Amino acid sequence: MAKRLIKLTVNGDEMEVAVEPRDLLIHTLREQLELTGAHIGCDTSHCGACTVDLDGRSVKSCTMFTVQADGAEITTVEGMAHPDGTLHAIQEAFRQMHGLQCGFCTPGMIMRAHRLLQENPTPTEEEIRWGISGNLCRCTGYQNIVKAVQLASETLSQKVAAE
Amino acid sequence: MIPGDFDYLRPKTKSEALVMLRDGGDEARPIAGGHSLIPMMKLRMAAPEKVVDLGGLADLKHISIEKDITIGAATTQHQLIESGALFDACPILRETALLIADPQIRYCGTLGGNVANGDPGNDMPALMQCLDASYIIESASGKREIKARDFYHAAYFTALETGELITAIRFKTPEAGHGYSYQKLKRKVGDYATAAAAVTLSMSEDNVTGASVALTNLADTPLYVAEAADILTSSPLSADTIKEAVKAAEAMMAPAADGRGSSEYRTRMGGVMVQRAIEAAVERADKTPKKGGLFGWLRG
Repeated sequence: MAKRLIKLTVNGDEMEVAVEPRDLLIHTLREQLELTGAHIGCDTSHCGACTVDLDGRSVKSCTMFTVQADGAEITTVEGMAHPDGTLHAIQEAFRQMHGLQCGFCTPGMIMRAHRLLQENPTPTEEEIRWGISGNLCRCTGYQNIVKAVQLASETLSQKVAAE
Repeated sequence: MIPGDFDYLRPKTKSEALVMLRDGGDEARPIAGGHSLIPMMKLRMAAPEKVVDLGGLADLKHISIEKDITIGAATTQHQLIESGALFDACPILRETALLIADPQIRYCGTLGGNVANGDPGNDMPALMQCLDASYIIESASGKREIKARDFYHAAYFTALETGELITAIRFKTPEAGHGYSYQKLKRKVGDYATAAAAVTLSMSEDNVTGASVALTNLADTPLYVAEAADILTSSPLSADTIKEAVKAAEAMMAPAADGRGSSEYRTRMGGVMVQRAIEAAVERADKTPKKGGLFGWLRG
């Protein structure tokens, strides 16, 4: 099928991308835009490693056609750090609390935690576990991931209070 | 996994979408959240020539609460969960939606897609049967309504004809203070039910004055347990009447043996879900004076 031009804003950059209707968002991000932070894990919408932020929602980019995202604003893990390279508070919290072992699920975890903390800036432990229930980690047992999200929540709330 | 080739259509209005579905005939499929269709297309078990994206249709996303509750078919599970007004009027919708898939999928998945697909594992069909909902079905040539209780024929076979689209779901707003519960046994977050039951009921002192029971994933369609209402309203509520209602529900169940368990196990669990849902609904029914005698056995 002929390619069509669609508009995306990815990590703040507006762009036009030529895609086939059947191209999945994860493939467009990784192969055309060379943003390889979001991973293809299960490829069946279970594991959440492909999670990106799209128009204020966390979505599994392996289960969305890129054409469906026409006009959308997308943030991937590459868009989280500050322009000077300083890590985002969530990334810093994952580093400090060692919220990862192999790191494969981490981009998805960080993007999901980002949206969760926008919706619920001070989640309880249970709410964090519920909130990241669409992201699988096969290494950590989740303990340090939950601690990382808790730390990020504290850091971000203090930042808001200070401003 | 790469889906087969298809033509992508993005209508701007509902009527445009209905014309596209009519013209596309059997080769066209509507897509909303896409979390049933895209996985099937990636496996090449579905290969529609045309995909009609309902994502841009604002007139399919709405929730109105009056004497009836009317919900646009493209309203997402996340929007159902988020709506405080809907929770106040009919809390079982949030309880059920929260047990569907996971947060990311609930941002995409829609009520209309969940009820229209005909997958016996989907949770909303049984809830809609429990609430005695009607589906509003539109096509390029007209509009009709069908009860959720009459909609499902077999797994993936429904009353929906080619070119038709469920555009809204409507049901009577339950009376204030009604009891409700959706109980779902599943192996892990995101799984379909091993067995699940939806119950709403109204109480006056120790008597059930109205009740509705429906089941998820315990046959190749959702099941409405018509007998349960008569059993539960026939005499003051007791452990025996609940047991009888459970028995009536179990008699209808015919779950497939699969990774979730044998048919016998899933039937037994179906009975447990019905019992728990009735008990939880009774506890939540506000008009109940909660006499010790009745609640002694419920808690004991």
